[in-house]
Amino acid sequence: MDLILFLVFAGIAVVAAINVVVQRHPISSAISLIAVMGSLAVLYLLLGAEFIAAAQVIVYAGAIMVLFVFVIMLLNAGGETKAGRSFVASLLGVPVLVALLWLLAYYTARIYPSDTEVHFGGFRGGTAQAVGRALFTTYLLPFEITSILILIAIVGAIVLARKELE
Amino acid sequence: MDSFIVISLIKIFVVFGALMTILAYLQWVERKVIAHIQVRPGPYRVGPHGLLQPLADVIKLITKEDLVPPYVNKVLYLAAPFFAITMALLSISVIPFGPAIRVAGYPTYMGLADLNFGVLFILGISSMGVYGIALAGWSSNNKYSLLGGLRSSAQMISYELPLSLAIAAPLLISNTLSLRKLVDSQDGWMWNWNLFHGFQYVSFVVFIIAAFAETNRVPFDLPEAENELVAGFHTEYSSMKFASFFMAEYANMVTVSCMAVLLFLGGWVAPWPAAYGSGYVPVAIFAIGGMIAIWRGLNPRRPRDRFTFPPFGVVFLVVAAVFLVPILQSALLPLFWFCAKTGAILFLFMWIRGTLPRFRYDQLMGFAWKILFPVAMLNLLVTGLAIAVFS
Repeated sequence: MDLILFLVFAGIAVVAAINVVVQRHPISSAISLIAVMGSLAVLYLLLGAEFIAAAQVIVYAGAIMVLFVFVIMLLNAGGETKAGRSFVASLLGVPVLVALLWLLAYYTARIYPSDTEVHFGGFRGGTAQAVGRALFTTYLLPFEITSILILIAIVGAIVLARKELE
Repeated sequence: MDSFIVISLIKIFVVFGALMTILAYLQWVERKVIAHIQVRPGPYRVGPHGLLQPLADVIKLITKEDLVPPYVNKVLYLAAPFFAITMALLSISVIPFGPAIRVAGYPTYMGLADLNFGVLFILGISSMGVYGIALAGWSSNNKYSLLGGLRSSAQMISYELPLSLAIAAPLLISNTLSLRKLVDSQDGWMWNWNLFHGFQYVSFVVFIIAAFAETNRVPFDLPEAENELVAGFHTEYSSMKFASFFMAEYANMVTVSCMAVLLFLGGWVAPWPAAYGSGYVPVAIFAIGGMIAIWRGLNPRRPRDRFTFPPFGVVFLVVAAVFLVPILQSALLPLFWFCAKTGAILFLFMWIRGTLPRFRYDQLMGFAWKILFPVAMLNLLVTGLAIAVFS
C-alpha cells in the first residue's frame, strides 16, 4: 500500500515538475508547481513526517504559490514564446542529465543504505513534537537568527516598496 | 482491517449524505432568517413554509443550460469549481462530531478520519481553497471576474494570518493538535471550555471575524460585490458549476463553525456533566415543543392548524423518546450538543449577513493588518506567557 502510494505520488511529482518547465504559459507552470508541492507533502506523510507535510502544504502550496499565482494574475502575463535552442544544449542536454541523475542516485544510495532511517544531522522524525523540540533545544540559535533574518527582510521590503514621503 | 474499510465506507456515505442535505437546507434556513430579519416571509410557495425550496433549487440548477463562454481558458475554467468544492468537502473529513462509540460491536469514532494533526490538516486544506476562486476569476477572461479573483486571493492570504494566530492560542492551552484530544481536554463543566477556561474571548472574536473573511461572507464579501463586480469570480459560471461554488461556500461555513466549536466551545461536550442532568435537555426541548404543537392543534387558531400541528407534535415526542433510549444516548447526546453549538455559530453568520453592510476594500485590508493581526499576536503572546507562568 505504502509502495503503491509512493510510486503514484512520486510519479505525479516528477511529471508535474517536468511540466513546470515544458508549459509555456506562466499560470500553467505555477499550477504544475502546486501539484509538485502537494505530492511532496504526501511523500512526507508516507515517511511519517506529518508536521513537515502540513507545513509544506500551508507554507509552499498555500501561501507562496498563492502569491505566485496572484502576481501572474495581477500582471496578466501572457504565454512565453519559445526560444531557439542552442546547438550545444541539444547535443549535451540528455547525456549530462542522465549522468547527473545517476550521480545523485548513486550517492544517495551510498549515504543512506535502504535500512537506515532518513535523518537530518542528529534529527529524526517529523511530528509536531519532534520538530518543536529540535527547534527549541538543539537548533535554538539558528531558529532565532532565522526569525531575525526574516524580520530584516520584511523591514527591507517595506522600505523598498514605500513611496517617497517628500 | 476489513471491518475498518467497511465501517469507513458506511461512515462516508452517511456523513456525505447528511452533509449534502444540510448544505441544501442551510441555504433555506439562511433565506428564512434573513427574510424574518427584514420582516418578510421568505420562501413560502414550494411546500409548507417553503420547505421544498432547496429541492426545487437543485432541480433548477441541474436542468439549467451549462454555458461555457468561448473566450475562457477551458481547462482551468472547468477545473476551478471542481477544485473549490473538493477542498471544501475534504476539510470536513477530519472534523470529529462525537466520541468513540460501538456500532454493532465494532468500536469506531464519530467522524471520518481521526488525524493527530487535524488542525494543521484543516489549515492546509483551507489555504488551498483559495485557488478555486483565484483560478475561476483568472480563467474566465473577464475583468469583473479577474478583479473578484484578485480581491479574494489578497483577502484570504491576509486573513489566514490572524486566523492561524487565533487558532494557536487554544491549541497552546489544550496542548495538542488533534481535534479529538482538543475536545477531551475541555471535558466536564462549561468553564473548562477553552473560551472560558483560558480567557480566550479575544482569540474567539478574532477567529470568528477572520472566519467570516475566509468564507467570503458579509461583511467581507468583496470578491462578489454585485454593485461593483457583477457577481465577482463566478460571473461566467452557470448551472452546476455555479452551484459548486455556492456549495463550497456553505461547506466552508460549516467547517469554520465546527472549528470554532471544537477549539473554543468544547465540541460535543455538554455545558454541564450528565450527572447533573444535561442528558435530559434535548428530551425536555423536544417534549415541550411537541406538547406545544399538540396543544395548538387541539385549540386551533386557524382551521387548518387542526391537521398540520398534531403530526409535528407527535414527531417531536417520538424524537424526545428516542433521546431516552440508553443504547442510542451515547451517540445522540454528543451529536445533539455538537449540532446545537455549530448551529448557533451558523446562525451568527446569517444574523451578521442580515445586519451589517459591506466593507470598503481598503478598510478590509487595513483592518486585517493593522487591527486583527496585532491583536491576535498580542493575545498569543499573553496566552503563552500565562501558560509559562502558571503551569
